[in-house]
Amino acid sequence: MAPSAAAGSAPVPEIAAPRRAATAPPILPLAVRGLGYSADGASLVSDLNLDIADTRVHVLVGPNGAGKSLTLRLLHGLLAPTAGTIRWNGAPPDRRVRLRQAMVFQKPVLLRRSVLANLTYALRAHGVPRRERHQRARAVLDAAGLSAVAGRAARVLSGGEQQRLAVARAWAVHPEVLFLDEPTANLDPAATRMVEDMIAAIRDQGTAIVLATHDMGQARRLGEEVLFLHRGRLRERSDAAAFFAGPQSPAGRAYLAGRLLA
Amino acid sequence: MDDFGAAFGDAFRLILAADPELLAIVGLSLRVSLTAVACAALIGLPLGALLAVYRFPGRGVVVVLLNALMGLPPVVAGLLIYLLLSRAGPLGELGLLFTPGAMVIAQTVLVTPIVAALTRQTVADLFAEYDEQLRSLAVPRASAIATLIWDGRYSLLTALLAGFGRAIAEVGAVIIVGGNINHVTRVMTTTIALETSKGNLGLALGLGVILLTLAVAVNAAVMGLSNVGAQSHGA
Repeated sequence: MAPSAAAGSAPVPEIAAPRRAATAPPILPLAVRGLGYSADGASLVSDLNLDIADTRVHVLVGPNGAGKSLTLRLLHGLLAPTAGTIRWNGAPPDRRVRLRQAMVFQKPVLLRRSVLANLTYALRAHGVPRRERHQRARAVLDAAGLSAVAGRAARVLSGGEQQRLAVARAWAVHPEVLFLDEPTANLDPAATRMVEDMIAAIRDQGTAIVLATHDMGQARRLGEEVLFLHRGRLRERSDAAAFFAGPQSPAGRAYLAGRLLA
Repeated sequence: MDDFGAAFGDAFRLILAADPELLAIVGLSLRVSLTAVACAALIGLPLGALLAVYRFPGRGVVVVLLNALMGLPPVVAGLLIYLLLSRAGPLGELGLLFTPGAMVIAQTVLVTPIVAALTRQTVADLFAEYDEQLRSLAVPRASAIATLIWDGRYSLLTALLAGFGRAIAEVGAVIIVGGNINHVTRVMTTTIALETSKGNLGLALGLGVILLTLAVAVNAAVMGLSNVGAQSHGA
């Protein structure tokens, strides 16, 4: 497993690795068979087969409308597929599976509460005992560089701080799998760098990352495996190095060369 | 014009002297309307939130009805409550007619649709924004609804204040079910109606001034609240 590009500058927080009950088996591997999603007669994702067994950074790339966001939502169980099956170590993506995952959206959804309360809310939802919530929230805030604004209202933070808080909230619940949907699409390079450092640190603690991005620089910096989607289909799956050296599929080559628009 | 000036003079004398009769009337008004708003909040907040979050057949009809009930004429509401509570009515045994309790019921009926309809709108907007995040966090539905109500607290307080404004200023319902009995069910609005017809303009105008002041205060509070909400939470 290659060390992630940004790990060197990542904050080094005192955050325990994903905590599993001794009896609970891991939720990986993921097995997706014949996954399809259509709405209003349009097929948006079709015949998608995918296995993920390792805790690397899997980047989902492809042009706008390729089905990246949709695929993340299907895997996380926010949407029900119209065809095929998703199994997390045999289980469908129900509430119990979601409790061991987390997702960060392109536009961070922050509660109208303080920064700290946004974290303790998520921890409470995940059944973390009250006395532990505060401590864990503080540790993650440190790692996200948000300790100074812990008491501020979350929604008056800058865009970069808001997304860092959203990532921190996902981090705090110690997910085994973390989905990120274009987490830095609206951020400037400095803010993007900070979010990428956090993602690398989360990955280093043994969380599997599934990151949808159209930022090829980001895909190169973070990606260890590339899943190339085009028109709702998985066209290519390779190690990141191999993909960026030369995609096997014509569509992949066209996309990397900037010639594939939709 | 002299009458007018004299009436104002009387009015301010009564207010400044803290006339016990005037205070009793104002006190009962506040007690009845605040209790009614509290009851309306207990019913309207969860009802509005449920309508915002759950999809079920006939939901559209319920929403239209609720919005229509916001404009329910108070005298009609009063008449219906009167029929329910009168000796021969289905709830006659409770003996509530011509008591403050009946007035609370009537005002609750008037205020609940306002609270529920405004809650539905507020919570529906928040729900559209929060839904995926809350499901991602595996928050159960009941907790999600509590979260939506709490995060909409500034808008919802505004809804409650709007409901209070309607309750405290309303005369038609309370005069029918309360009967405007001296020292028992006489509130500001019913007293104004009665004293005006008796020509006792000082007391009527004094109460009018207090009502107007309350209306201004309520609106100032609404504006202040939405400013606080906007500044501290971007909501």
